[in-house]
Amino acid sequence: MESDIILDVSGFSYAYGELQAVRDVSFQVRRGEFFSFLGPNGAGKTTVINTLITLLPLQEGVVSVAGYDLRQDRVRVRESIGIVFQQITLDKDMTVRETLDFHGDLYRMDRDQKIDRISELLRLVELGEKADALVSTLSGGMKRRLEIARGLMTRPRILFLDEPTIGLDPQTRQKTWEYLRAVNQEGTTIFMTTHYMDEADILSDSIALIDHGTIITRGSPEALKSGLGKDVIHLETGEMGRATEVILGISGILSVQPADGKLMIISGTDGARILPGIIRAADDAGIDVRSVSLKKPSMDDVFLHYTGREIRD
Amino acid sequence: MTGYIAVFKRDLRRYVRFKDQLFTSMLHPILWLSLFGLGMAGNFERILDSGTAPAGMIPYQYLTFMCPGMIAATILFSNLYGGFSLLFDKNWGILREIMASPMPRRDLIIGISLSSITKSFIQTGIIIIFGAVLGVTFFTGAYLPGLIISLAGMALFVAVFSAAVLCVSLYVAFRTTSPEGYQGVTTILSMPVFFASNSLYPTAGLPPLLQEVALINPLTHLTNGLRYFSLGDHFSALGLEFSFTGTEILISFIYLLVFAGISFFLALRAVEGAVIT
Repeated sequence: MESDIILDVSGFSYAYGELQAVRDVSFQVRRGEFFSFLGPNGAGKTTVINTLITLLPLQEGVVSVAGYDLRQDRVRVRESIGIVFQQITLDKDMTVRETLDFHGDLYRMDRDQKIDRISELLRLVELGEKADALVSTLSGGMKRRLEIARGLMTRPRILFLDEPTIGLDPQTRQKTWEYLRAVNQEGTTIFMTTHYMDEADILSDSIALIDHGTIITRGSPEALKSGLGKDVIHLETGEMGRATEVILGISGILSVQPADGKLMIISGTDGARILPGIIRAADDAGIDVRSVSLKKPSMDDVFLHYTGREIRD
Repeated sequence: MTGYIAVFKRDLRRYVRFKDQLFTSMLHPILWLSLFGLGMAGNFERILDSGTAPAGMIPYQYLTFMCPGMIAATILFSNLYGGFSLLFDKNWGILREIMASPMPRRDLIIGISLSSITKSFIQTGIIIIFGAVLGVTFFTGAYLPGLIISLAGMALFVAVFSAAVLCVSLYVAFRTTSPEGYQGVTTILSMPVFFASNSLYPTAGLPPLLQEVALINPLTHLTNGLRYFSLGDHFSALGLEFSFTGTEILISFIYLLVFAGISFFLALRAVEGAVIT
């Protein structure tokens, strides 16, 4: 019986010359899991994924992909994975079918296998009618779907996706999510990097938050959000310091921190009941409150809480 | 299917699919021959008055003498720029997909070489046919078996040389980052190879230093091989006498093989050392 851990990374570091891009990162992905690396651009996500898919050398750390050692068994690793690159990586002068066929050839699939798999995948990503169209005639969303199909061509043990919905319009993103969910439900383990909070939140079984080359925290989206507290209140005021002191004195408040020009207040009890007390206390102290909002903790709040800033492009 | 056949098929498919590439690659040698060839021929004939051939040898018109050189030059230029598509793949295309696949790197080079050899054969065929239309007299007096041997010999020389030059081009494509840089390097490479050779004119008229360069220039050896198989082992042109022995031609061929081996090795090293992200 093979191990339940399909991707095992420990002590991973990577430097571009003097620049330390990733520092001592360790994590594990279980078979069948939808795992996301969530963090802002420049956090080191692409460096990690490019090393795992063998485009970059493994500098430091021990990594096993689908049971193969990334340092020793690079060809075996390549055979076991599927990849969707961040940038569109297609030959625009080939047809949809030729793109998949060529990919099958790179992995030495035999003819019958290729034919079966191509028709199966074209159905999955709904590109059957475009099978003989040139890639240059496809829309951005279709190209992405073709790349997802290509990544699945060889029935990989793990599918790696680097920012799969970057540059897509909202509708196409939704649709892409549906395909990815379907792929995962068919049993393919997925490792995805993204800087979209909603994307990671909606799709993942497990998220690792990464910033400045290290993992800040990890867990299921639910656990990460509920781990913050019950509700989150964002309060805008000109006197952040004094307001923090005053609000911290109110019972039920877990933490108050400046975040992106506002105060982020995490409440351990029902925020709707605690909010009037906050306003009253601020009023009594003569603090001017400009705006206030109350909501359930989101992934944005999780990131804000751990880094003190929002994810931006 | 083996990787290099897939690469070969993909490359040729593009060649045939986009008529502009197919058409220009065919037009290229025709223009060379009809513009440069006829222009030079007229001048050489006027200056040299090639009617004074030594006895017992076949005298050739300049156009016929130059035609194998024209084949050599065409093969040189098309293959020297043949790495361009790979540069494109590298910067904007599917090289990333290929590099992350389990296919051995050598299959990439072999596949592209095979397709470029095929394209070179097509160009060679066009020059031979179009040359005949313009009055080039190849294979004089040869019957079918001799003709087949001649064509096979030319094909061998063309194949080895085009693969060798293509590998140089791939090497440059992997070592340069921009199309401008690539073009600059290949253009500079092309000048001495083209002009310090015997493809357009006999090397006897070159300065001594350039004669030495021509002697080690692979293009010279290709041209010798092509002349041997298309014009014969003993002929005259431009008032000069030319003769080749079988051994000389064999040495030229081995020389080209070594050149191809070295450039293949360099290209392979460049591909294996490349980091594409």
